[in-house]
Amino acid sequence: MVETAAMILPHEGNAAGTGVVTITPAAFASRLSIRARAEAVAPLSRALGVKLPDAPKTSAKSRNGKRTALWLGPDEWLVIDEAGADLMAPCAKVKQLHAAVDISHRNVALIVSGKGAEAALKAGCPQNLSLEAFPVGACSRTMLGKVEVVLVRDDAETFRVEHWRSFSDYVFGFLAEAIRDPVI
Amino acid sequence: MSGANRIAGAGRLTPARKVRFMFDGEIYTGLEGDTLASALLANGVHLMGRSFKYHRPRGVLGAGSEEPNALMDISRDSARRQPNVRATVQEVFEGMRAGSQNRWPSLAFDVGAVNDMLSPMFAAGFYYKTFMWPKVAWQKLYEPFIRGAAGLGVAPDEPDPDHYSSRYEHVDVLVVGAGVAGLSAALAAAMSGASVILCDEQAGAGGALRYDTDVTIDGDNGYDWAQNTAAKLTAMDNVRVLTRTTAFGYYAQNFVALCERVTDHLSDPHPDLPRERLWQVRAQKVVLATGAIERHMVFADNDRPGIMLASAARAYLNHYGVAVGSKVGVYTANDSAYAAAFDLARAGVSVPAIVDTRDAPGEGLLSTAADLGIDVMTASAVVGAKGRRRISSMTVEGGRGKTQIPVDALITSAGWTPAVHLYSQSRGKVVWDPETERFLPGDNVQASVSVGGCNGVTGLQETVDEAIAAGRSAALGAGKSKRLSLRIEAAGAIDWSGGMSGSARGAGADSTAKTFVDFQNDVTAKDIRLAVREGMHSIEHVKRFTTNGMASDQGKTSNIHGLAIAAESLGRQMPEVGLTTFRPPYTPVTYGAIVNHSRGKLFDPARKTFSHAWSTKQGAVFEDVGNWKRAWYFPRAGEDMHAAVSRECKTVRETAGVFDASTLGKIEVVGPDAAKFLDLIYTNGWQKLAPGRCKYGIMLREDGFIYDDGVVARMAEDRFHVTTTTGGAPRVLNHMEDYLQTEFPDLDVWLTSTTEQWAVIAVQGPKARDIIAPLVEGIDLSNDAMPHMSVREGKICGAPTRLFRVSFTGEPGYEINVPAHYGQAVLEAVWKQAEPLGACAYGTETMHVLRAEKGFIIVGQDTDGTVTPHDAGLGWAIAKSKPDFVGIRGLKRPDLVAGGRKQLVGLKTKNPETVLEEGAQIVADPNQPTPMTMLGHVTSSYWSPNCGRSIAMALVAGGQDRMGDTLYVPMPDRTIEVEVTGMVFFDEKGERVNG
Amino acid sequence: MLLIYCPYCQEERPELEFAHAGEAHIARPTNMADISDEEFETFFFIRSNPKGLAYERWRHVHGCGCFFNAVRDTVSDKFLATYKTGEPKPDIDSLTKKGDGK
Repeated sequence: MVETAAMILPHEGNAAGTGVVTITPAAFASRLSIRARAEAVAPLSRALGVKLPDAPKTSAKSRNGKRTALWLGPDEWLVIDEAGADLMAPCAKVKQLHAAVDISHRNVALIVSGKGAEAALKAGCPQNLSLEAFPVGACSRTMLGKVEVVLVRDDAETFRVEHWRSFSDYVFGFLAEAIRDPVI
Repeated sequence: MSGANRIAGAGRLTPARKVRFMFDGEIYTGLEGDTLASALLANGVHLMGRSFKYHRPRGVLGAGSEEPNALMDISRDSARRQPNVRATVQEVFEGMRAGSQNRWPSLAFDVGAVNDMLSPMFAAGFYYKTFMWPKVAWQKLYEPFIRGAAGLGVAPDEPDPDHYSSRYEHVDVLVVGAGVAGLSAALAAAMSGASVILCDEQAGAGGALRYDTDVTIDGDNGYDWAQNTAAKLTAMDNVRVLTRTTAFGYYAQNFVALCERVTDHLSDPHPDLPRERLWQVRAQKVVLATGAIERHMVFADNDRPGIMLASAARAYLNHYGVAVGSKVGVYTANDSAYAAAFDLARAGVSVPAIVDTRDAPGEGLLSTAADLGIDVMTASAVVGAKGRRRISSMTVEGGRGKTQIPVDALITSAGWTPAVHLYSQSRGKVVWDPETERFLPGDNVQASVSVGGCNGVTGLQETVDEAIAAGRSAALGAGKSKRLSLRIEAAGAIDWSGGMSGSARGAGADSTAKTFVDFQNDVTAKDIRLAVREGMHSIEHVKRFTTNGMASDQGKTSNIHGLAIAAESLGRQMPEVGLTTFRPPYTPVTYGAIVNHSRGKLFDPARKTFSHAWSTKQGAVFEDVGNWKRAWYFPRAGEDMHAAVSRECKTVRETAGVFDASTLGKIEVVGPDAAKFLDLIYTNGWQKLAPGRCKYGIMLREDGFIYDDGVVARMAEDRFHVTTTTGGAPRVLNHMEDYLQTEFPDLDVWLTSTTEQWAVIAVQGPKARDIIAPLVEGIDLSNDAMPHMSVREGKICGAPTRLFRVSFTGEPGYEINVPAHYGQAVLEAVWKQAEPLGACAYGTETMHVLRAEKGFIIVGQDTDGTVTPHDAGLGWAIAKSKPDFVGIRGLKRPDLVAGGRKQLVGLKTKNPETVLEEGAQIVADPNQPTPMTMLGHVTSSYWSPNCGRSIAMALVAGGQDRMGDTLYVPMPDRTIEVEVTGMVFFDEKGERVNG
Repeated sequence: MLLIYCPYCQEERPELEFAHAGEAHIARPTNMADISDEEFETFFFIRSNPKGLAYERWRHVHGCGCFFNAVRDTVSDKFLATYKTGEPKPDIDSLTKKGDGK
């Protein structure tokens, strides 16, 4: 009998922190890349139980808060389900034109949290991350140092840093180095 | 004692806080807060360096970042060492080591000083003219010698152990300069509710208030007001005050780069502190409050150690408590130097004379001078200075004839130059103000405003009022409009107007004396006149011919003098001659600050696949493929690379091998028009490919050349799993998106990168099926059910899989795609099956050899952007009946269908043991005279263990018509004979893959 | 680092998120297979490379992923306007008068 394969996430053991900021790996989440034209947005939102937002740089959460839909482009959303639920199946029932691709294993995430979280990200992200310009719930694909990331502001002092799997060492290394700087 | 020249009660440093440091091997004592310059002056050391060209002894000129002379090598330890640091900026810390530069064997006795005696030879343009002939001598003789003798400090030779930090910031208002103007502007902006960054290159706020002790602001001493105001600003939530921070570059759209020196003044910095921090600030409005820089007087031998700017002497006295001499002469062309003279006299320093070029100084100055017993010599000039390592006397010419006055320091002031550098960097054009004879900021081209000294404002109250208005207006512009009632009363500052530029009396065109304009590059007034005589009529040419203003101080003290002398020689007005443009950086910036985090492991992302840990455990040697770390080969005990690769190659064909193919690019193409889209992107046709089947595809650029290739699988009617080359993954997706978004936007299809979603475990070889069969559920692996070039979905080790039956080796094989987090566990399970059967793990090198044995090309290695599918022998992959695809027209271009094109062929060396070098050129006749006619080059070459000989692929002109011909590969030591063959070296019929 | 207004994200974003993508308004012939050598030359090789106002394609590659068009002054580096793919060239006269980059 063959053992069922276990999941190994690349950020396992990657944790760092100071008095003002912590970096912790996010637990496994299922993720879906949704591409759709306008007419499919409402049915997809219903099927997924979370509104696919239509405004740039915004995200929406499901009622239980476990599922988030991020606006990434005018016809592109990233849906993250922290409970790890199957996201392909509900979409399969939607007849309106769309494309759903499972990317649960393509992306991984670090959670950067604390008073110094914004400063840590500002070490490598050229966007304006002030609460005024990047409020709670804001999300964007952007750059961190030399790699592409998707940033989500979960609360005033917490960011989720989504990135491709193979960049884990870089992203963790970059943030761990950035938080050594005590100035926030 | 912290130096004999420290005056009790003077200055702001605390006598009890002593700091010991070393200068040129001697231990000195300074005070906390001293710069290296002030600490050395306190100890009576004026000789701090040798000049660049003539090796003339030099002392300190200024007390800030404008310093051209006192450049030092500063170190903490052997690795933490930085050359060319301004002694006037570097603060002393316990244990600091400083060294003078550009001298040998010692600062006091320097062999290079012979250049000074030979100086007639070294005039401007000397190098250009002298070392022209004979031509060959330049490379062999002159250049090495000049390079050896030139240069300033010596670069450190150890890696820098410090780390550097970076921060992007967005603020409403950035204020540069924390003098009266900057503090007032920052206060107004901050109190209006704006977010503010206030930066200053000095260790603390104050600017000119450091030395101008006569100023009263809101009833306080000016300097105290500055400290209180800075503290008040620091306490505000919306303000960040950055000291020791230079705004060095002003770029487009109000993007300003600041470099903060965090630890250079600390004796024992915390290891987590970055040495420097680069701030990249985007400001809605920039307020420039950068003040003005004093100019020296240009007269004979004006570079003697002990001759310095009047404001610098005042700063050393009033801030550091240091008298720059015991008998200090003054030479000025404006009123501001009088304040320095009076302060020195009041501190008990003898001031034998103030030499003023003017007939009458400003109101009240003569009587104050008389009260202090200072002789003022009006309408006079200093025409010479004696004393090689320290000035001993000045020669004055004037109404009383020529007199020699003994002095041990001479302070000079020709006037003040508004610091318009950042304004100029913002692309603003400076405007000549004929009334005050200064260049001032003209129209603002960015959202910036200049206030105070840098804007030509001389009155203190006027400066404060202008700054408050600017700060308020900047805040309003950023939408911050809290009620503001701010009034600051200020009075008593020196007057920054008046003065002269160019050479002073006795240093005119008829003079042969050395009158220095640019100290750092040893440019004299004579050099500038020579440049004009030689035909340089543009200030840009004069600058380059003489190097005036081209040293690392960028001519902060010299530009205006140089311009005035050039204008005079040209017989034109200064504004007609024009000012050179200022460019970043304002002061030198370390590479550490510029690269900040991007060094070592963070220099470039190292991408690791799911198998990295496993491969490491298996002893893999890794190679870099783009940013990826890929297992290259897996040596066993005693094996070198050749042995390991040979074993791996044979094992795969005899048994099986396991390989990580995850780095191949993967794109999920989804939508009803997916096949239609692929038809346009690839040369092949996709409509008829059935779900569950795979096909090798080639994509071209519009010009008809191969862009990328890979296997494409149809997962469903409306869903394809596309693979690309490893290196091509990002650009292929970009290429597809480009066409989809801009040329074919009506197609109903979307693209998603899935490169990293899937871990790909290739199992190749006759035993491949035996290895995976026990692990797979729900897929019939039999040849009939799952033939070569098919794909199935099911489970492996309980994880979902897209199982491909594909082969890049010519052996029967599978590529197991599993969601990446399952990759390692599945790989371990596969290995558990594979190892007992005698299979091996193999790396990229074996992959390369095996594919070459089968004549499979690698795009980018066997093609180079000029190869068509026909050239590569892949004409079969071009669909004949499609009306359009990217490259369809390019392929028909006359040159692409002409005969004699370079075509991909196989090469077999006549001696099977000889392995060709990749890149080697191929000729038909090795005996022809050089330059030989090259037919092509070797693109891939390996020792093939399975063929028992060397094999190679090559691009050869008309290659497909040369089958069986003998060609030659000339190498430096021999010529290698080769036979042109087909590209398939192993299993020519291709039977094994179906096995 | 420039700020570029992305017409899809509807705000200015840092240049690091963008990639330049060549000259704009060069439509791929719909009868591609049949065009003459001269037409192919014009389409594929000839670019205007002006000193002054240039129409360019950019991609917000590390943002929303969209290609869009821009009018940029190659002398000053200033963006005069950005607009969505497929939209017509904006009126230059009105832009140069306003010139605020949006």
